[in-house]
Amino acid sequence: MKPAAFTYHAPASVDEALDVLAELGDDAKVLAGGQSLVPMLSMRLAVFAHLVDIGRVAGLSTLDVGGRHVTVGATTVDSRIERDAELSGAVPLLTRVTPYIGHLAIRNRGTLGGSIAHADPAGEYPAVAVALDAEIRLRSARAERRVGASDFFTGLWSTVMEPDEILVDVTFPRWDGRCGFAVREHARRHGDFAIAGAVAGVSLGEGDRVERAAVGMFGVSSTPVRVRQLDAEVIGRPARECDPEQIGALAASGIHDVVSDMSGSASYRRRVGAAMVSRAWAAALEEAISA
Amino acid sequence: MLDGENPSRVAVECQVNGVARSATVQARLTLADFLREVCGLTGTHLGCEHGACGACSVLLDGDVVRSCLMFAVQANGRRVTTVEGMGGPDGALSPVQEAFRSEHGLQCGFCTPGFVVTVTALLKDNPDPSETDIREALSGNLCRCTGYQGILKAVAVAARAGRGAVE
Repeated sequence: MKPAAFTYHAPASVDEALDVLAELGDDAKVLAGGQSLVPMLSMRLAVFAHLVDIGRVAGLSTLDVGGRHVTVGATTVDSRIERDAELSGAVPLLTRVTPYIGHLAIRNRGTLGGSIAHADPAGEYPAVAVALDAEIRLRSARAERRVGASDFFTGLWSTVMEPDEILVDVTFPRWDGRCGFAVREHARRHGDFAIAGAVAGVSLGEGDRVERAAVGMFGVSSTPVRVRQLDAEVIGRPARECDPEQIGALAASGIHDVVSDMSGSASYRRRVGAAMVSRAWAAALEEAISA
Repeated sequence: MLDGENPSRVAVECQVNGVARSATVQARLTLADFLREVCGLTGTHLGCEHGACGACSVLLDGDVVRSCLMFAVQANGRRVTTVEGMGGPDGALSPVQEAFRSEHGLQCGFCTPGFVVTVTALLKDNPDPSETDIREALSGNLCRCTGYQGILKAVAVAARAGRGAVE
């Protein structure tokens, strides 16, 4: 359980980090909070000749709560997201999903940028990012680009990021008006990887008709899932007419690569996933109606 | 290759239990191994070495972290507190340690340093935790003896003692 030897780089700025990555290419890996990378290195599931620690890069651990958006810097730690009072009013899903991530000791080091770049299919932040159509800002020495969350995740632990790119920050939209949000997750023990989980957001217009719906699932597929087929089903309909169980079933039926492993068969995960969606939807809806 | 020329070796300077420590170590050395092997502080225990068991928990600038999930070099310039730094300089037990003793919050003792550190961090942030808060805070620490009932009692007693000391 000891990582293989590597050369350590501790750049002080983003530009410096990008130069190192441009030079080293895929021999190098970016180290943020290390709560996923370090165990993978220790178990030698991953071996890199170089680690580029962005923990000391100035200006990456930001949390900007604006009027229309919230931008979270790559190295902002989970426990800060969990506790920030302003954020909990602006993007409630981020605040509410955070306690499900590992344990306090993990959340004191783990980062939002690391979670999204690592792209674990059971990760909570990736699901919030796809549900809310967050925008991920990537930089390399060559260029800067912004990628929508639904185009970002390409497979198990895989994203569109190039080896010379750094995830700089992630921007989440704020919802206003009458809206509600909820998270539901099923794991064998608190803090374990989710067998299946769902995040949901609903906003209501006149006559309690659904104006906007955002549902994301995690733990069920090789990537986080944005349940887009819901839009046709619920947008414009009176909220009370949308049966949560039907919504859960619809969400689960759209997934064609349900994970099967020692914590659950594919059919079990599909059923748990459907239940998590229907519960998260129902809770989000209740909150929106009473808002 | 000589140590001085080896790019995989790095300088570490941090404060451990109030004492300045500096050493040149392999970059891959975890903070846990640094504490145990370089500082000789073997109170920090290593169970799983991949972040699952919590035995190696220490405080980093006052926040609880897993010392097996960070490299020693990442602690540069930071303050680390291990279980050895919990009690008084004369060896007096901290209120948390005292409660673990009085409530039989340990059996074999292997997981105890991680629990003591985690509970110390919990009570600093939340001096009056509910039973749910306590269970939630301890969910990341495993006791292979399954001595959880004594541990829960110890936390409740330590919290009462801590509040008494403040009030």
